[in-house]
Amino acid sequence: MPETATPAAGAPLPGAPLPQAAQPEPEPRSLGQLAWARFRRHQLAMTGGIVLAVMYILAIFAPFFALYPYEVSDRENFYHAPTRIHFRAGGHLTWPYVYATERDPATGTYREVQGRRYPIRLFVRSWSYTFLGLRSNLHLMGVDAPARLFLLGTDSLGRDQWSRLLYAGRISLFIGIVAVLITTVIGMLYGGIAGYYGGVVDNIMMRVAEVVMSVPTFYLLLALAAMMPAGLPSGQRFILIVAALSFVDWAGLSRVIRGQLLSLRELEYVQGARAIGASDLQIIVRHMLPNTLTYVIVAATLSIPGYILSESGLSLLGLGVQEPDASWGNMLSQGMNLVVLAQYPWLLLPGLAIFIAVLCFNLLGDGLRDALDPRTQL
Amino acid sequence: MWAYILRRFLNMIPLLLGVSLLSFIMIHLAPGDFLTQARLNPDISQETLQVMEARFGLDKPLPEQYFRWLWGMLHLDFGLSFSYKMPVFQVIGTRVLNTLILSVTAMIISWGVAIPIGIHAATHRYSWSDKLLTVFAFLGLSIPNFFLALLLLYVIVAAHLPLPVGGMTSIDFDYMSFGEKVVDLLKHLLVPALVLGTAGIAGLMRQMRGNLLDVLRMDYVTTARAKGLAERIVIYKHAVRNAINPLVTIFGFWIAGLLSGAALTENVVAWPGLGQLILQALMAKDVYLVMGAIMMGSVLLVAGNLLADILLAVVDPRIRYS
Repeated sequence: MPETATPAAGAPLPGAPLPQAAQPEPEPRSLGQLAWARFRRHQLAMTGGIVLAVMYILAIFAPFFALYPYEVSDRENFYHAPTRIHFRAGGHLTWPYVYATERDPATGTYREVQGRRYPIRLFVRSWSYTFLGLRSNLHLMGVDAPARLFLLGTDSLGRDQWSRLLYAGRISLFIGIVAVLITTVIGMLYGGIAGYYGGVVDNIMMRVAEVVMSVPTFYLLLALAAMMPAGLPSGQRFILIVAALSFVDWAGLSRVIRGQLLSLRELEYVQGARAIGASDLQIIVRHMLPNTLTYVIVAATLSIPGYILSESGLSLLGLGVQEPDASWGNMLSQGMNLVVLAQYPWLLLPGLAIFIAVLCFNLLGDGLRDALDPRTQL
Repeated sequence: MWAYILRRFLNMIPLLLGVSLLSFIMIHLAPGDFLTQARLNPDISQETLQVMEARFGLDKPLPEQYFRWLWGMLHLDFGLSFSYKMPVFQVIGTRVLNTLILSVTAMIISWGVAIPIGIHAATHRYSWSDKLLTVFAFLGLSIPNFFLALLLLYVIVAAHLPLPVGGMTSIDFDYMSFGEKVVDLLKHLLVPALVLGTAGIAGLMRQMRGNLLDVLRMDYVTTARAKGLAERIVIYKHAVRNAINPLVTIFGFWIAGLLSGAALTENVVAWPGLGQLILQALMAKDVYLVMGAIMMGSVLLVAGNLLADILLAVVDPRIRYS
């Protein structure tokens, strides 16, 4: 097989890697190294991982990559189509430039004012922002006023969609990770306790979990979101949304963990731990739950897109992240008005961002599942 | 079998009691009630407010409100809707029907498409068509319902297709003949059913492909081939039948996803189902309507799960519930 000939580059072996062909027996590799080798073969999963890394970097360094402040509305430029970037001048290739635009009052569209060209400048200093406590005004690119560089157009208030999309990524991409961490901890502990003790405790705990699972998820989520008082500061709102997302999703995971622990607790090493006087909580957390980690990692990765979709759905309906904060869902809600959408189709672009993020997480999760499954042959 | 079904029905009772308590607590933790706005309105007199409070039982302590509501539900009396000024049961009835129409159509689409292409992908493993179908499955699995719905609506508007862009019936629906009514309904159903169906196709097709590949490795398939049966008979009569069983198992699980997905899609395309009702009711603080809708949603889900288990016993003679 091709992969065994090349040692896994990302997982350095202790000492210098020996040429494998010369060995009669392949060098023993740890579970992690095997998983990494299997994962690297999965091209689609690697692609998904790389695209996600780019998206997260764009979101984290949003102010640097943004062209305009995300909450400031440019009143002269509402529903501005994506700015056309020109690469040719007089039949020759040239440094990309744009023209200034003016609004045609009759049609409501913007047309270019031919004449002065505004080159796209790199590493410009314009509006200032704070990032990790540092003040800066450096941005990746920009054009001189009065020209504008709207890469993805503007919305009804004249806010630059590209900049909003980046800032929205901070919420939309991180809400999934925070929620999945909380859900996983709750689900593992709850399922762990139920599975370890069994009997009456298990019976009661699982009936409670079943109640939560019996309500259609999105109904429950809507009801929870409606509980939030209006006018909360955005930080508190974020926390409450995460709490709601975690509340609707922990039950499923806890049931699987409980099933695994029910079989694990009969094993000898658990009895051994009990014999040397480890407390119940120690046995559950230190000895038994680590055995379920493979399943949990895959399940967690595959459930992140669900959280991203739920948050977008809530925000789309106006129950999630509130203006002026941006999330992909509440940006897309402008496109819910079909009359507006028909004229300004770029309002759909935030939906494309959600689509790409979800697709990449699905590809990544699929690859991880294959990689972490010890039955998969190299 | 009958004993099993009876036991499952008995299990549903504490489950639905739990759901009723959960929804009651959630609704009453939410700030404000239906009369909050009315109280601020100087045109509504104090007496009217008191009459309304008494009529909707808002002046009673919370535990009493809960048990009154529960007692009423046992008699199919879900209370009164504040905003519709009619019994919740009547409001919800038509909505449940609409959600079922949408979900069942979506189900027919996704199972009808997923099983044949799953079979094709498994029998033509690693061919270009299998790879293409796998790519489509991932795209279909990942595209958000609401985004696909908006995209389809945009295409309809931008290309001036003669299709409706929301709702369930046209304005002149009442004046149509029966045939026209059916056509009108189908036209409105097209976008939401297609959107919900697509979400299901992807997962089901991958599942079908995997199951069939597992079954094709079994000895009895080799035996069937060895005794000279036509490949068509080996696949469809011997392998596919057994590959479908695991799909029935996920049927129940899948209903839960379908109901949730339908809730969001209904709101995007203005399909008057339970999901749209629940959002409107939440916005209007229409307490009994919200609780009734959550209860009905849960009943649909639990009943769907039960149906899946019964179906499994019917299609797979190896499974016997005792």
